[in-house]
Amino acid sequence: MTLDLILRIGTKLILPFILLFALYVQFHGEYGPGGGFQAGVITAGMIILLAITFGLAAAQRVAPWALVQRMIPLGVLIYAGTGVIGLLLGKNYLDYSVLSHDAAHGHVWGIFLVEAGVLVTVAGTMTALFYAFVERGR
Amino acid sequence: MVVTVAIVRQRSLLGVVVLAGIYSFLMASVLIVLDAVDVAMTEASVGAGISTVLLLATLHLIKTTEMRSVRRQIVPLLVVLGTGAMLVWGTIVLPPFGSADTPIHRHVAPRYLADTIKETHVPNAVTSVLADYRGYDTLGETTVIFTAGIGVLLLLRGRRRSGPTDGGGTL
Repeated sequence: MTLDLILRIGTKLILPFILLFALYVQFHGEYGPGGGFQAGVITAGMIILLAITFGLAAAQRVAPWALVQRMIPLGVLIYAGTGVIGLLLGKNYLDYSVLSHDAAHGHVWGIFLVEAGVLVTVAGTMTALFYAFVERGR
Repeated sequence: MVVTVAIVRQRSLLGVVVLAGIYSFLMASVLIVLDAVDVAMTEASVGAGISTVLLLATLHLIKTTEMRSVRRQIVPLLVVLGTGAMLVWGTIVLPPFGSADTPIHRHVAPRYLADTIKETHVPNAVTSVLADYRGYDTLGETTVIFTAGIGVLLLLRGRRRSGPTDGGGTL
């Protein structure tokens, strides 16, 4: 891939900030707009920008197929597993109050875990879709 | 509105994809004006970002000019106009926009708004409703994304393994 020098340097500069913004959206979702879904899409957008500018091989060094493919079911498992913890500890499915000594604090943990699950699945799926389309086009 | 007409008139599919991205950004701006920042963020990132990229990747696989249709389509136009007219007719009986005493504002919303800090320590009620009060729905949504991803991967990658060309692998 030999693209414009300015484009490549600009992309290199902006990539970490995109990831930082995704993490901000993820962990600040309780206070401001955003959450797992938006953060996952922004993370996938970072990988896609990397693939567009530096080629698919560079992107797959950062996020290889095996990792991306495993992320898709892993996120759902994190989400569903959070629910099962409540079930095992004698409450309803997806009842977060058992996750900590104090019910409200348990909800904070529950929302955190669930949003992490959403992030993993969404980021994995979006990146995998892009990879699949691009590899198909070769 | 202008963008929509331009999308319909456009023959080059590349132009259609770019215009669809513009449309998504306009929709995101409308949602910001309506104070729905979370939805606006989703629309901007998914509608304008990922969809545009995926549509461009699809255009990479197929031809980029739309073929001119042979017949003039009157029936689809009538169906669209009829559906639009019915939707507009349906909005006539809706309560005035932004009024606070509509059923959706009186059912469970006040409880969520009042108790979200006490019960979940989460000030953003959108997040607490999404991930906590309506956790089952979000679990379903995540599963939908999971299923969609697996489906597309099976279609696009499974085919590739069976043969080097399209429809080549008959076994």
